[in-house]
Amino acid sequence: MLADVCLVAGKDLRIEWRSRVTTSQVVPFALTVLVLFGFALDANRGVLNAATSGLFWLTVLFVTVVAVARSTAIETTDGARRALLLAGIEPSAVFFGKAIAVAVQILAVEVLMVGGVLVFYGATVESLPLLLATCVVATAGIAASGTLLGALVAGVRARETVLPILLLPVLAPVLIAASRAFDDALGVLAVDGWAWLGLLGIFGVVNAALGTSAYGRLLEET
Amino acid sequence: MTANDTRVEAAATGSRATRLLGASVLVGALALILLGFFGAPEDDEQRDAVRMIFVHVPSAFLTYAAFLTTAAGSAMWLWRRSRWWDIVAHSAAEIGVIFCGLTLFTGSVWGRPTWNTYWDWGDVRLVTTLILLLIMVGYLALRSAGGDEDAVATRASVVGLLAAVNLPIINRSVEWWADRTLHQKSSLTDGNLEDLTLFTLVVGIVVWALFFIWAMVHRFRIGWLEHQLASIDLDLALVQRRAEATDDATNDPTEGVNEEANL
Repeated sequence: MLADVCLVAGKDLRIEWRSRVTTSQVVPFALTVLVLFGFALDANRGVLNAATSGLFWLTVLFVTVVAVARSTAIETTDGARRALLLAGIEPSAVFFGKAIAVAVQILAVEVLMVGGVLVFYGATVESLPLLLATCVVATAGIAASGTLLGALVAGVRARETVLPILLLPVLAPVLIAASRAFDDALGVLAVDGWAWLGLLGIFGVVNAALGTSAYGRLLEET
Repeated sequence: MTANDTRVEAAATGSRATRLLGASVLVGALALILLGFFGAPEDDEQRDAVRMIFVHVPSAFLTYAAFLTTAAGSAMWLWRRSRWWDIVAHSAAEIGVIFCGLTLFTGSVWGRPTWNTYWDWGDVRLVTTLILLLIMVGYLALRSAGGDEDAVATRASVVGLLAAVNLPIINRSVEWWADRTLHQKSSLTDGNLEDLTLFTLVVGIVVWALFFIWAMVHRFRIGWLEHQLASIDLDLALVQRRAEATDDATNDPTEGVNEEANL
């Protein structure tokens, strides 16, 4: 199972590495959104600093839509989904492999975005362990949920519009919890960030469980 | 009775039972209006605004009932591949979205005189209810995107179950985040309502529940007819293709060629 997970994750990451979509399109997109938020809030340092956490995670959600759409497109072109099914790999291994590949890409973008908010928004890090833990746990939940919904819309004609309609509300709890945990990590608000991290963990586990049980069915029937 | 009349009657969604149910809803709604505006007393703190709970609370109850029905129908589709349950899930989702929107609307209207705001982002119940509404709007968008009937049912079922995870969070939020909500605890069980107010609220819940059943029956029958129509269209297309194939086989394929050769 673990070997299959690594195989699928490796395949997706190799495709991304060779096509350079993440570096040439997703990263510039994320940084552009961060800069546009700055313009929208009139480049007011005080307001930007207070809103840093929310803007950061909102940008991550936009990046997720792009990354998941890309991950889904890899399997829908040239009937690759059928080939994946015929390869005899456990659907849950495919699910975790694809989720890990999406998570790695989002994490890479987040690293650059943290640099972006430190420079553009004047944010300061007060708790690096909490900041890193929030990024990892929230991204795991986002990737699990995104991979499940990506498979769900794979066969839909208007999947480019249906995916964000479904994905963004489902990820709203992550936006709330991760923003509060970041508020604590950046010293913006006096809240217990570790408690919010627990909520993010529950979200990740629920989505991973749903993905494990439903992914095979979605691969075969949709 | 002509053949045309027979077809119209077969496609109708009403019956003697639904007409009786519809009449009961109308009578109940009239009783609710009379009780709500003239029977139930004013609240000491909320004044006349308290009357909004006769619509708001039943709408919230029926939102839960509708989305739980969607979750049950979704689970039954995934488990038994029952078309009947799939249509139940779809019907309940459509009606649930209307109830959920009504809950948020009446809550906002009630919130303005009571909490001095239409909306409060810090209130967990408000925010989670809005998230649920958005997820279910996505569910309907997924349904309307079309495609193979079975595939659509499977996709929608996963979203229907995913949305149901929100229901216990919304319901328990006033206890779990007691310091982050403007909502009071359950209006039915907190014992703060006057007897006639409580009675009117129960009448409201019963009337809304009857309306839900009435709307469900009609929406289900429409869904069932749509499903049958799709099957008929498929059968018709198969018959036409077979007829075309038979025509091609009976015509002499060399007929045209010989005529051209003679010319």
